[in-house]
Amino acid sequence: MTDNVLEVKNLTMHYMTRKGPVSAVDNISFSVARGESLGLVGESGCGKTSIALSLLKLLPDNADIKQGQILINSKNIVPLNYAEICKFRWKQISMIFQAAMNALNPVYTVEEQILEAMQEHLPHLSEAEMNQRVDELFGLVGLDPKFKNQYPHQYSGGMRQRAVIAMALSCEPDIIVADEPTTALDVIVQDALLKRIRKIQEKLNMAMIYISHNVAVIAEVSDRVGVMYAGNLVEMASTEAIFHRPIHPYTRGLMSAFPSIVGEKTKLVTLPGEPPDLLNPPTGCRYHPRCPYATAICSQEAPEYREHGAQHFAACWHPGGEA
Amino acid sequence: MEHSDILVNIQNLSKLFPVGGGIFRHSDVFVHAVSGFNLQIKRGESVGLVGESGCGKSTTGKLLTRLLDPTEGKIEIASEQGVIDIASLRGKKLKTFRRNVQMIFQDPYESMNPRLTIYDTVAEPLNVQGIGTITEREARITELLETVGLTPAASFLFRYPHELSGGQRQRVAIARALIISPLFVVADEPTSMLDVSVRTGVMHLMQDLATNLNVTYLYITHDLAVARYMCNRIAVMYLGKLVELAETEELLQHAQHPYTKALLSAVPVPDPTYKRSAVEIKGGISKPINPEPRCRFYDRCPLADDSCRDNPHPELEDKGDQHFVACHKI
Repeated sequence: MTDNVLEVKNLTMHYMTRKGPVSAVDNISFSVARGESLGLVGESGCGKTSIALSLLKLLPDNADIKQGQILINSKNIVPLNYAEICKFRWKQISMIFQAAMNALNPVYTVEEQILEAMQEHLPHLSEAEMNQRVDELFGLVGLDPKFKNQYPHQYSGGMRQRAVIAMALSCEPDIIVADEPTTALDVIVQDALLKRIRKIQEKLNMAMIYISHNVAVIAEVSDRVGVMYAGNLVEMASTEAIFHRPIHPYTRGLMSAFPSIVGEKTKLVTLPGEPPDLLNPPTGCRYHPRCPYATAICSQEAPEYREHGAQHFAACWHPGGEA
Repeated sequence: MEHSDILVNIQNLSKLFPVGGGIFRHSDVFVHAVSGFNLQIKRGESVGLVGESGCGKSTTGKLLTRLLDPTEGKIEIASEQGVIDIASLRGKKLKTFRRNVQMIFQDPYESMNPRLTIYDTVAEPLNVQGIGTITEREARITELLETVGLTPAASFLFRYPHELSGGQRQRVAIARALIISPLFVVADEPTSMLDVSVRTGVMHLMQDLATNLNVTYLYITHDLAVARYMCNRIAVMYLGKLVELAETEELLQHAQHPYTKALLSAVPVPDPTYKRSAVEIKGGISKPINPEPRCRFYDRCPLADDSCRDNPHPELEDKGDQHFVACHKI
């Protein structure tokens, strides 16, 4: 497909620790098309942030991409060095971080920080054009431009997160990676931001990867959803299919363990056990020790990630609970 | 409500924190973190206290466990020794009182001493209160660890907190709070740090304990969906004031206060086909620093008019079926 902005092929990434390699991302493949919003959902330690950091090559020194390709606009960024990858960041792919306070520099005004990225990546713009752009960006994320000369500490949590989004949009990236951008915010602020993010993404026809542990947030912002467990992508399908017709036992468990304030008050399901230690992941399917359908083959051989229905992918020996 | 059923009776509870000031300078600017708070909690009931960050819900929890001293108001607890007002307890009496009220904290990583084994952590309240002999304590701790799902207990007794996962640690925190059989437990966001797959287990555990050991909870949370599953009644707090109080399903289905309505329509729903109604309030939460004598929600309220500005903050009123709302317009 040519309209894929991002393609990840067989990505495997380990963190080297004193206790041995931690298999944080294990043989993951997916793609995101222009104008599409992909949600990645999973619990802490499932590798969703590791994927985000790999896409921008922001990984810490002890991370090692063992194999695989990350194609942004058909160019593989895995072998690129620091200077080369810097050209990609902001312009082609940018990121909205979780903790907005830490993502902003406290000693520069918000405007200066947004201008900095533009000066580096859009040198053909004049100063007046850039200033006008900052005003436009503020309008886009719902901030009053009169606050642009203020410092991050003068902003509230929601305003900071908006500023970080404005910054991520400044160089018109083709794809934006949002890593839990609303997790630290209150529901009313979160609601406003989610709607805003979704609107901007549709208006600018950008590709987006939205990462969250919150199943309900993912339901609101994504066209397609990928479910991760212990470094594996276990299921991926349209949002509607993931929520209404999940086939992987983990996705099913996750959905029925998540409380909602609307609809019947159904009994919440408890998944037995705990997520595995990735220093020493289970053999075969990594979910088998907790899976109600597990059989002998599940502990011996990792299931293949394949299509089970139109654009509905899953890695499971017993999809839908079949024997 | 039968009076004898009431375990905790909170009357006109207030906590003011001075802003600025110092050793030699008295501050006359105060954050009214909790003001004029009234709530009755029945024996065996779980009440949820929900609201956005900065609304005073954690301060309320700390006042009820006397980790903070109230500025004014009464907290009456019906213990075996009769009804005691704990707001004014000092010294030895305060220490004895703590046997009746315990707290479970949000962060299982920070609420435990990393140098104490699980046994020592859970035994601490028994040591402090001087309950039981060593053998009795051992038996009791082993039994309780099994009850909270840490089985076999023997394999956990001499491990340290860092060897446990988040869910297991929170189970230890629950065991520590329940080891002295308190009448009342304040749980401050006990599941918000836990992952979904582990969270449900801890939620079920707390509910089972409420039924089996007859524990009464005040459950502080920002997550209405979790409160729905944990609580019999929900109290909604805004800038130090209770704005609405009702049975859980009644509150979720028939919310009346404009703030509660906004809060409910802002909660994301895990169903892509569900369309939520639009959130009608504007702006963000401010700080209750020397608040004007008007409705605290006035600035953000879609229904507000001059009477809301000119009258003091409304009192909670029963609108029928024990559904209390504090609003001039309803």
